Amino acid sequence: MGPLQVTRTDKKVKPLQIVSNSPEQTRKIGMKLGELAASGDVILLVGPLGAGKTCLTQGIARGLGIHEYTASPSFVLVREYHQGKLPLYHIDLYRLDRVEEVAQLGLDDYLYGDGVCVVEWADKGSSVLPEEHLLIELQVVSPLKRKLSFMPKGTRYMKMLWKLKVMKQGDKK
Amino acid sequence: MTGVDDREMKILGIETSCDETAAAVVKDGTEILSNVISSQVELHSRYGGIVPEVASRQHLLSITPIVQKALADAKVRPGDLSAIAVTYGPGLAGSLLVGVNFAKALALAWELPLIGVNHLEAHIYANWLGPDEPEFPAISLIVSGGHTELVLLQGHGIISRLGRTRDDAAGEAFDKVARALGLGYPGGPIIEKATQGITPTRRLPRAWIKGSDDFSFSGIKTAVVRLAEELKISSSTKPSQAVLDLAASFQQAVVDVLVTKTVAAANKRGVEQILLAGGVAANKLLRQTMVRNSPIPVLIPPPILCTDNAAMVACCGYFRFLHGKIENCDLDVVPGLSLGSSK
Repeated sequence: MGPLQVTRTDKKVKPLQIVSNSPEQTRKIGMKLGELAASGDVILLVGPLGAGKTCLTQGIARGLGIHEYTASPSFVLVREYHQGKLPLYHIDLYRLDRVEEVAQLGLDDYLYGDGVCVVEWADKGSSVLPEEHLLIELQVVSPLKRKLSFMPKGTRYMKMLWKLKVMKQGDKK
Repeated sequence: MTGVDDREMKILGIETSCDETAAAVVKDGTEILSNVISSQVELHSRYGGIVPEVASRQHLLSITPIVQKALADAKVRPGDLSAIAVTYGPGLAGSLLVGVNFAKALALAWELPLIGVNHLEAHIYANWLGPDEPEFPAISLIVSGGHTELVLLQGHGIISRLGRTRDDAAGEAFDKVARALGLGYPGGPIIEKATQGITPTRRLPRAWIKGSDDFSFSGIKTAVVRLAEELKISSSTKPSQAVLDLAASFQQAVVDVLVTKTVAAANKRGVEQILLAGGVAANKLLRQTMVRNSPIPVLIPPPILCTDNAAMVACCGYFRFLHGKIENCDLDVVPGLSLGSSK
């Protein structure tokens, strides 16, 4: 399959894992990512229905200075937000089954644009999404608890995660 | 009624914001002369929802015959029309463009005024096509696959948003739950049909978001999906009693939240009426529960006018026209248009 698989077997990068105990914590993690995000960033989200993908995206939006709620784009596939420090393109591939359908969507303007792209259900389009990205896998541990694994592909995203780690440590002190 | 002559006003409405290509002719904003809808549901059902590229290509194929049929059914010629109203947002950009460009071309060729209509506002105006005339101030709940919005109407075009969904739209939650339960697409009608006569017994979480008129449906969606996993559902076999119970309990929970919050908002603002609108307003349980629980009159368009149609666009266009809201030929689509932000 595509670059997502490659990332996960990349031995050099040990995935950073963060456990979230509530939707509010997931949102806070997203907020830090949003604060760290730069123009052109691509964040790919993978995980089952109800794992917290939209919740994490709401946090990213907040971190970008967008105060509107980022509702799920499953129905419309893409929602754009322009009121933050960078444009946010919230993309959702939930309803698509074949990678050709993803390729037909014409997402390149978003993915290679000047905003921040968050792609939910990215595993459905792995081979047509940018090779450099930050992949976040969300796992359901218990009704409220989620495990988030961060897998960066490209130095830009490794740096981003390093900063995220520093921010997290700062929280604990 | 300034600037408009007294003769009958017939308006052609065009709607292509999502997966229905629709055209209609409405007289004086209240009388439907024709209402033609070409649905793409069949086409999209294999995708479990709408695929934009497929939708816009289909609109291109359908729009000319649909508009021709709307005029023929209404027995009107272009010269009998007073204006052309078209949905310019919100919706899928590629789909909206087909309708807007077609309407512009017609307006130019037939020398008619062009009126841009907000799709969500049009859904509310479907209530003007029913037997009872709505009264201001009113609260409207617009529920569909892409939207869940609670708005206050203080007059024609005077709309302010009170609340909306913070995550999944109600209709979207229906679609996702139906898919997780192996019931199919579109979720709303399928769950309604499958759960007829079934008494819901499952306790599911309801998100009330106290102190706010906002909604949230992702929590209940997640709860149902987790329970569905335990039931080990396959879409090839007939749904079990446990699956139908879960679907019915889900529907009950969503309806409870929609009705309770809408009635509370209506009480708080002391409005005259509640106006239901949007595709999910076709749901019987929602219609019955809202009517039963509301202390004030509830207006609900007939199901055919709840789902996307062009009669509501023509009707909304009529009232905009009366208020002199006419567009130039530079009208552009606004895919992210929200309520209360219309021109």
